[in-house]
Amino acid sequence: MSFEPKIVAFLCNWCAYAGADMAGTSRLKYPGNMIAIRVMCSGRVDPEFILEAFEKGADGVFIGGCHPGDCHYVSGNYRTRRRVEMMKRLLEEMGINPRRLRLEWVSATEGQKFARVVKEFVEEIRQLGPSPIKKEEAI
Amino acid sequence: MAKRIGIFVCHCGINIAGVVDVERVAKEMASYPGVAFSTTYQYMCSEPGQNLIRQKIEEENLDAVVIAACSPSMHEETFRNVCGEYFNPHMCEMANIREQCSWVHDSEEATEKAFKVLKATVEKLRGNEDLEPIFVPVEKRCLVIGGGIAGIQAALDIADAGHEVILVEKEPSIGGRMAQLSETFPTLDCSQCILTPKMVAVARHPNIKLMAYSEVIDISGYVGNFNVKILKKPRYVDEDKCTVCGDCEDVCPAIVPNEFDMSKKARKAIYIPFPQAVPSTYTIDREACLGLAPLACAQCKEACEADAINYDMQPEIVEEKVGAIIVATGYDLYDKERLVEYGYGEDDDIITSLEFERMLSASGPTGGKIIKPSTGEEPKKVVFIQCAGSRDRKHMPYCSSICCMYTAKHAMLYKHAVHDGEAYIFYIDIRATGKDYEEFIARVMEEERINYIRGKVAKIYREGDKIVVWGVDTLTGKKVEIKADMVVLAMAVIGREETRDIAKLLKVAVGEGNFLKESHPKLKPVEALSRGIYFAGCAQGPKDIPATVAQASAAASKVLAMFSRDKLEKDPMVAVVDEEHCSGCGICISVCPYGAMQRQPNGKAKCIEALCEGCGTCAAACPSNNIEMKNYSDSQIKRMVEVVI
Repeated sequence: MSFEPKIVAFLCNWCAYAGADMAGTSRLKYPGNMIAIRVMCSGRVDPEFILEAFEKGADGVFIGGCHPGDCHYVSGNYRTRRRVEMMKRLLEEMGINPRRLRLEWVSATEGQKFARVVKEFVEEIRQLGPSPIKKEEAI
Repeated sequence: MAKRIGIFVCHCGINIAGVVDVERVAKEMASYPGVAFSTTYQYMCSEPGQNLIRQKIEEENLDAVVIAACSPSMHEETFRNVCGEYFNPHMCEMANIREQCSWVHDSEEATEKAFKVLKATVEKLRGNEDLEPIFVPVEKRCLVIGGGIAGIQAALDIADAGHEVILVEKEPSIGGRMAQLSETFPTLDCSQCILTPKMVAVARHPNIKLMAYSEVIDISGYVGNFNVKILKKPRYVDEDKCTVCGDCEDVCPAIVPNEFDMSKKARKAIYIPFPQAVPSTYTIDREACLGLAPLACAQCKEACEADAINYDMQPEIVEEKVGAIIVATGYDLYDKERLVEYGYGEDDDIITSLEFERMLSASGPTGGKIIKPSTGEEPKKVVFIQCAGSRDRKHMPYCSSICCMYTAKHAMLYKHAVHDGEAYIFYIDIRATGKDYEEFIARVMEEERINYIRGKVAKIYREGDKIVVWGVDTLTGKKVEIKADMVVLAMAVIGREETRDIAKLLKVAVGEGNFLKESHPKLKPVEALSRGIYFAGCAQGPKDIPATVAQASAAASKVLAMFSRDKLEKDPMVAVVDEEHCSGCGICISVCPYGAMQRQPNGKAKCIEALCEGCGTCAAACPSNNIEMKNYSDSQIKRMVEVVI
C-alpha cells in the first residue's frame, strides 16, 4: 500500500482558517491528508503541540497564520515565526527533517494559495516518506 | 464537563451529503466515547433543523452538542443561540465538514476526514466548560486626541448626544490643518468661514472640556475604563482674563517665525496663532521669550491691562477617566528636504502646497497676494508638481488622495489672481473621485487654460532668476523644459510623527506613512484592533474634508453605541494564570500585545480579563505551562492532535 502522509494543521481563526474556508467556497480540490485544528492565533501554537503531533505519529505539521503586519492580535504571528525557526532546529537535532514543519502566511482571501501550499506540502511529505518517529517506535 | 453529547450531521442538501457518507458518519459516531445521540438532517440551520436540535436535547437529555455542517464562521452563532436555550452556549461546537471537507475532497477521502474532524470536535467539547460572558462597566466620557476638523466633528457629535468629551489639542488653538487652508475644493468656499463656527461651538459646548496647548502623556486601562494623563502646558496667560486686545504683542520685542503660516510670516514670543483662534487667548512661547526665569523683559505684563499674564504658571498634569478614545491626530507633509531632485531647502521659489495655501489665504503672510518669495514680484509662470513624494517607491508608495484636487484649485486661484500668468501642472493620473470633483477638474482644464502635462519631473534647478523644470510629456513622448518663476510641490501626505507616540500609548498598530491601522480595512474602518479606540481623519489615511467629517461622525456613532449600554460584554475565552505555580518570570507580560498580563504586587502574573482578547500567545510562551486558555486548553488541543492522526 502506498504511503499516505498524516498531517496536522494549526490554522489561525482570522486568516488561514478563513483562507481554507475560501478554498472550499471556490471548490479548489486539494488532498485530504491534512486535518485542521482551529486556533484563535498562530501564536497559540505551543512548540509542545508540534512535538506532540510528531510523537503521536504525524508525518508533517503545518501552521497557517496571518501575513506579517496583518495579525489580528497585532504580533502573534511574529512569535510564531520565531518559534517555528527554533522548532526547525530542534527537529533537526532530533533527527526529524525540518521540512516536515511548515509555516505559511495565508490571508482570508487566499483560498488559491491555501490549496496550493497544501498540495505542495503533502507532496513534499510524500517524498520524504513516513516520519522516523512513529508512536509504535517511541514505545 | 460534557457527559451526554449529541451529534447533528447536516446534509446541506447535496453540498455535504453528496460527497460525505453522512449516514455512516452519524451511525459510527454514535458509539464514540461521550456521545449519547447522533443523527442527520437535510438542513440543520433551517427552522425545522433547529427544532430537531431542541427536541433531541430535551428527549435525549443532552448537555452538549456538536453540529457537523459548514464553517463556524457561518452558523456558530445560530446554533449556540439554539443550545443557549437549554445549557451554556459554549457547550455547542461546530465541525466543519463542508468548506474544508466536502467541497474540497473526493467522496471517500471526505468521509474519512469528516470522521476525524468530528472526533477532534467532540474531544474539544469534552474539555469545554461553561463560560459566562465578562461584563465591564463603561465610563461614559470620551477622549478625543486632536482638535482639527476630525476631532472637532467627533467631539461635537458626542457632546450633542449628551456625553462629556475631553478634547485635547497640542497647539495653542484648535482648527488644525483646515484652519490653514484658503478655499476648499470643489465649491471654493472659504475654509475658515466654514470651520470657525464649529470651533466656536466647541468652545461654548457645556459637554466639551477643551484642553488646548496640552498633550496626552499616558494611557492605561481598557475599553470602558481608560485612565488618561494629560500634560497642560503653561501659556503664562490666563485664558479667562485675556481679552485678546493685542497690547502685549505690540510691545513684545522677540520675533520668531509663525508655524501657522508655515513659518513664512513672523510672530512675537507672545502670540495668538491666528485671529479666530479657539480658545481665544494669547500664549507666551517659552522658547522664544527673552526669559521667564529670571525675567528678562516683562514688557507684556506691564502692557496688559487685564492682568492676564502670569509668569509663574507651571505645567500641570490632569488625570481623566474615559470609556472611549478617538484618535484624530491629523497629517503632516512629507519632509521636503528629502526630495533632493526637486531642490527643496535650497531655493525660496520652490514651495510646498501648504505654503502656497497660506499665500492664498487673505489672512496669510502676503495677505492673499501671490508673490515670488525671493523677489516679492508677481510670478508669471508657475509650475505645479503633483505626487511630490507620493506614488513613488523611493518615497511614499501610496496616493495622497487630495493633491489632484487642491492642485487644480491652486492653479485656478493663481489664474484668477494673475490673469496673464501661465500655469503648468505635471501629473501622473488625475484622480477626482469625489462628488462634483470630476466636474471641477474639467472646469479647470477647459475654462482656465491651464497646461496639464502628463509626466514626472526629473529635475529642477536654478538658472539666473528662473527655475528650470525638466520633465517628460508621456503623451507626446517629448522632453519638456519650462523656465518658471515659482514651483509648487504637492507634497505627500503623511501621518504626524506624534501619531506614533500616541499609538504606542494605546498599543495600536501604525503602518506606512505613520497611518493608524484599522481593525478591518472595509468593515471596521474607524475601529482600532483594541476595543474602545477609534480613528478619524488623516491619522488613519490621507483623505479630504468630506471624508474626514464623515469618518469623524462614524467614530462618534461607534462611541455612542458603546455609551448606550451600562456594561460591555466581551468574549470569555480568555487566559487564566495558575497563580500558585507561576514563577513570575514575566515572559507572558512581554509577549501580550494588549498589556492584559500584568504583574501583581506578589510578583506573579495575572490576566486582566477585560483586556484579554484570547489569542493565547501567552499560553504558548509560558515556560512552565501555567497559563491556560479557557476552552482552548493545552490538554484539549493535544487531545485533538491525537485523534486527527
